[in-house]
Amino acid sequence: MMIDDQWIGLGYLLSASLFIFGLKRLSHPRTAPRGNQLGAMGMLVAVLTTVLQMELGDGIEGWILIASGLLIGGLIGWFMAFRVEMTGMPEMVALFNGFGGAASALVALSESWKYIEDETLELPSGLELEVMVVAAGLSALVGWMTLTGSLLAMLKLKGGVEIFGKWIRTPTWGPSWLNPVKGLLFLSTLVLIYLSIQEPTETDYLFAIIGISCLLGILLVLPIGGADMPVVVSLLNSLSGIAAAFTGFIISNSVLIVAGSLVGASGLILTFIMCKAMNRELIDVLFKAFGGSDKEQLTRTKVGSDADEVAMMVDGAQKVIIVPGYGMAVSQCQHQVKEFADLISEKFDTEVKYAIHPVAGRMPGHMNVLLAEANVPYDQLIEMDEINPEIPEADIALIIGANDTCNPAARTNEGPLAGMPIIDADLARTVVIIKRSLSVGYAGVDNDLFYMDKTMMLFGDGKKMMNELNAAVKEL
Amino acid sequence: MDITVLIGSITLFVMSIFLGFELITKVPATLHTPLMSGANAISGISIVGALLGANVAYEGGDTLVSGILAFVALVLAMINVVGGFAVTNRMLNMIAGKKRGGQ
Repeated sequence: MMIDDQWIGLGYLLSASLFIFGLKRLSHPRTAPRGNQLGAMGMLVAVLTTVLQMELGDGIEGWILIASGLLIGGLIGWFMAFRVEMTGMPEMVALFNGFGGAASALVALSESWKYIEDETLELPSGLELEVMVVAAGLSALVGWMTLTGSLLAMLKLKGGVEIFGKWIRTPTWGPSWLNPVKGLLFLSTLVLIYLSIQEPTETDYLFAIIGISCLLGILLVLPIGGADMPVVVSLLNSLSGIAAAFTGFIISNSVLIVAGSLVGASGLILTFIMCKAMNRELIDVLFKAFGGSDKEQLTRTKVGSDADEVAMMVDGAQKVIIVPGYGMAVSQCQHQVKEFADLISEKFDTEVKYAIHPVAGRMPGHMNVLLAEANVPYDQLIEMDEINPEIPEADIALIIGANDTCNPAARTNEGPLAGMPIIDADLARTVVIIKRSLSVGYAGVDNDLFYMDKTMMLFGDGKKMMNELNAAVKEL
Repeated sequence: MDITVLIGSITLFVMSIFLGFELITKVPATLHTPLMSGANAISGISIVGALLGANVAYEGGDTLVSGILAFVALVLAMINVVGGFAVTNRMLNMIAGKKRGGQ
């Protein structure tokens, strides 16, 4: 049996190595598809090793159960992955995060429940018991929190939920007194975990931990809204990994610990990238109410332009930079945007580039996914730092449903946006903005860009305005 | 469990976190979503625990609830794994395909 155990260990080592190579390659455009395949291969190796281990042990008694579990989950996952529209991607990623967290928490619960259910099973003692209880508690805390947090995040990304034909908007609520409550709940979970070391089979503690963790997940995400969602989604991603790592401690399995912590770290890096793009600290995003509360009264007005006027401006422009924002995602006009880019590059020989702000949209990389779906060539999507020096040479900056990410107020030292890196759209010779109104963005700061003399506002829904613009360009 | 085993596990945990931080330093925005969903698929590794749990529970007749919990975990983890890798693959194909189309 000794030899077999070694093979199992080596199998998990191989799997962990594949995850490491996979993640590394996922962070470079050229190698990313291969990276994803390596990750999938690592998972296959892990599953095969586990099944083999069971076979070598006491045999797979419940192989029908196990096979059907694999099959059902696999089919559902496959179906969901191929049915989802690119516009529904943020919700999907959030939902999968939740499933990952729930799976880890359920494994932890299943391990603890064995001893509650079957009294003939002898509880481990001493250190082993302590490790098991603490790890199960932490895995439950993080896992259930990830589940409820992700489900709420999904509803927020959707905007609401339809119950009996009535559309109910997902609320955003979080007075500052809620923060000490969260802290208290968190501490009480730790106390409960400590108590359950004394009485590991006490179900009251177990249910209390689960209940509080679920509540914590909701309370954590509830106050966070709109433009801060990319931070939340990537943080939940990180937590789903951490939950898996804690579960690894319960069943003392190395591949769970390694893979879980890798995901935890990579998710955290993404979270910090998002925070940096907004010039805010993670703590502030999570626990400080942001802008929006007392919206500035709009006193200024701006006369809107029409599509024909803009089309005339575009005729003769040598370089147009398109700045997409969440508004493009909402109106789902990425195809019209691409059509516009094709039209003007054919008709007027205009150079078109896209300026991508890291937190534009509601999840990390949101704009890139949408534009890729519309067949926009990858090399036309330019990141903020690289496009900004080019903007002064641009004849037109076309902003579609973006606000805070190109608000010049960020360059000042005042207000919620102070210091946030922005796309310097105001430096282009002419600025065209497609937006439904002059209303403020998520930060609640009025945007001077709207009122500049060189700015033309096209008031309306993104898709509608892009269609009008395309029609106007065709007629020229 | 020996204390050395525990220390070994904690070492593995901490080192893997360091490794994760070093592994991914700069990610272009185009890959933010695929990286996230790919990493998420990897977090479905708890499928290993679910498999072991479902099998053990089946053997012992008295642990039905525990078995059901492990089975649900197995299904959820599998959705996460298959769905996560498949959707990441779909996105990456789209991104890579467009690159060629643009040249």
